[in-house]
Amino acid sequence: MGERPVELEILRYNPETDREPRFQRYSVGCREEWVVLDALNHIKETVDPTLSYRWSCHMAVCGSCGMMINGEPKLACKSFLRDYVGVIRVEPLAYFPIERDLVTVIDDFMDKLARVKPYLIPKREQPVSDGEYRQTPAELKKFKQYTLCINCMLCYAACPQYGLIPKYIGPAAIALAHRYNQDSRDGGRDQRQEEIAATEGVWDCSFVGACSEVCPEHVDPAGALQQVKIASTVDWYREHLMPWKKK
Amino acid sequence: METIRADVVVLGAGGAGLRAAIALAEADPALRIALISKVYPMRSHTCAAEGGAAGVIKADDSLEHHFNDTVGGGDWLCDQDAVEYLVREAPKELIQLEHWGCPWSRESNGSVAVRPFGGMIKQRTWFAADKSGFHILHTLFQTSLQFASIRRFDEFYATELLADEGRCAGLTAIEMRSGQIHRFDARAVIIAGGGAGRMFPFTTNGAIKTGDGMALAYRAGVPLKDMEFVQYHPTGLPSTGTLLTEACRGEGGVLLNRNGRRFLQDYGMGPETPLGHPVLKTMELGPRDRVSQAFWHEQRKGNAVPTQWGDAMLLDMRHLGEKKINERLPLVRDMSISYMGVDPVTDPVPVRPVVHYMMGGIHTDIRAATSLPGLYAAGECACVSINGANRLGSNSLTELLVFGRRAALSAMEYVQSGARPGAEAALSAAAVAAQARIRDLMQRGGGTETVAGLRKEMMHTMEQHAGIYRTGDGLAEACGKLADLRRRYARIELHDKTNVYNTDLLQALELGSMLDCAEAVTQSALARKESRGAHQRLDFAERDDRNYLRHSLAFYHPTQAPRVDYSDVVITKSQPGVRDYSGGHK
Repeated sequence: MGERPVELEILRYNPETDREPRFQRYSVGCREEWVVLDALNHIKETVDPTLSYRWSCHMAVCGSCGMMINGEPKLACKSFLRDYVGVIRVEPLAYFPIERDLVTVIDDFMDKLARVKPYLIPKREQPVSDGEYRQTPAELKKFKQYTLCINCMLCYAACPQYGLIPKYIGPAAIALAHRYNQDSRDGGRDQRQEEIAATEGVWDCSFVGACSEVCPEHVDPAGALQQVKIASTVDWYREHLMPWKKK
Repeated sequence: METIRADVVVLGAGGAGLRAAIALAEADPALRIALISKVYPMRSHTCAAEGGAAGVIKADDSLEHHFNDTVGGGDWLCDQDAVEYLVREAPKELIQLEHWGCPWSRESNGSVAVRPFGGMIKQRTWFAADKSGFHILHTLFQTSLQFASIRRFDEFYATELLADEGRCAGLTAIEMRSGQIHRFDARAVIIAGGGAGRMFPFTTNGAIKTGDGMALAYRAGVPLKDMEFVQYHPTGLPSTGTLLTEACRGEGGVLLNRNGRRFLQDYGMGPETPLGHPVLKTMELGPRDRVSQAFWHEQRKGNAVPTQWGDAMLLDMRHLGEKKINERLPLVRDMSISYMGVDPVTDPVPVRPVVHYMMGGIHTDIRAATSLPGLYAAGECACVSINGANRLGSNSLTELLVFGRRAALSAMEYVQSGARPGAEAALSAAAVAAQARIRDLMQRGGGTETVAGLRKEMMHTMEQHAGIYRTGDGLAEACGKLADLRRRYARIELHDKTNVYNTDLLQALELGSMLDCAEAVTQSALARKESRGAHQRLDFAERDDRNYLRHSLAFYHPTQAPRVDYSDVVITKSQPGVRDYSGGHK
């Protein structure tokens, strides 16, 4: 079973004791098949119990362990040591304030998620006793991809616009709104439009597409953003050029 | 110390906690609900459940069938009145989730699709590809956002329950961001804190599953029930313990030993069924306890497949084809490739049994109420019991919905019945004492023990002596070792003595929870001199209904081993019988 020495350079910051963030270097023996998260756990257990980071599932579904690895937003549990040569630099997710070490403050994201009304606003209320709403596999497929977001926020750390305009609602939240808008059971699009078609909504997206590139679940938030832009444009034309066609 | 006043505190924001919070908010918008969790709700381990949730929906199925499968699957240790309630409420809860937007997989006519699962005689497992728990969790979390009365306290770690005059009246919790202790005042508390699989080194459970909710109730005098029943899921990846859902076999995957033989037929789960045509309730669709035990025997016979991570068996899904695997088991494929370097489309995947679920937990009645007035529990941390000695796959997601809601309704009735708060002076003093205990742990110097060191010894002990097969001698040794670890725990010194997001402190507290739970497991296992479901004793190989058709109840003691007592199993209509997984061939 292979083991090899790995060097990691990890951003450290404790607001109680540090005036500013600094890098700390660790050299540890790691097994070949390990991911970066395994290396962090190994450091915490055997070298430095003060190192702080979030993690839980180790299977890329809980979304806790997003961090910058060699400058790219990644899930530490799905970043294999074997894919890196030389020193591996680990930093907290870009554009989020640092709470401590690799732990970021995510209040902004949590607020934005809630703002887009990410829940079903039924087109037609039906009591539970009447059974399930019918939805064909084709109807499901229309939005299924956008349900897969694990809220890891890698897309925010990759988005240059979010870095420039912190008020921008951002890829994951807009993709989630789009997910409900596309759901055949939902009738709440008008309510969500107020948030996502506003200035800090889709129009802040410059379509760099970095969000979709870094998404570990292949949600394609960039695709959702473009669809929202097109739909919002159609809305505008309907309203202004074809008032007789208004819903 | 900051005090937050609520009517009901819900501790844990996974499936059960979120379901409870929503039920409270819907039932009475005036209720002040504090939803507390040591992680953000989306991080809760419900997200890792893959296969699905059981509920009778199709015309060829019946509540009777679901009841019988569950009670037999649990080796008759389930409380049958609770199982009746579960199967009756299950379809409503699953439809309710559908109405909240859960993206269940569908039939071509638009109705909800179901899939086969182990130990179930009919197809009744609702699923959302192989991310069912993930979708349930996110649907509940997102739905909860529309209720203003649910006030969330994310990344707060609860340290103690507060009680006075024999009633639960809130709890103390550390705000991770500041390190400050907060006091939560409430008329009722619902614990939905999840399982404790992290007591073991090899588990499907995420890092957060450290039995904190169980330990809180246990230390407050509520017994832990049936803790000796620890479920091994048969199919985890040997490298990481990552779960490969039972749906792999539900969809037609088969288990092979090193000779390519479908060995389950040699352990009362045969005869062999045709490849690609799984037959319900036999062979690969046997219950988890039996399948995991069969692997143990194969290992003893030298029939296991050696890997660099130890012995394994092979999960062969090649005959399902790429299209079906991508459609029904995309996560399984992704994880097999990522963590094992094996593509199930082209090769069999090595797997081995892995600690997955605690059948036992906080002793509650059918209303989700504990013996401490004002305290309720639901989900994996609780033991109602609908799982008995062995849980059937896809019953736990259903359980957390049905009993999450039930706990909410019970707590609300209790609050509305005019339950008095405790005496302020006593509660305030208790909160100050709880704060002092945390300060002491943080500031203590001259300690000789470390969190990582003790944790490693605990995990090793559990793996060695509390695994798939157990012996009296091994369990006695484990009990002694855990008693010693609990003593040594008092000599821990933290490396990190700062306040902000102190994970050294968090892990020390989590270790304390796990040590208490682990001792309840081994003491209850030592006392149960029979083999039933997931508790198998080499020295007592048979089920013994005369002496042990009873629930174990472990009562906490601060310095000594828990006292183990028993309570009756509720039997309404199914007398203990033989568990038959021969597909009707016997």
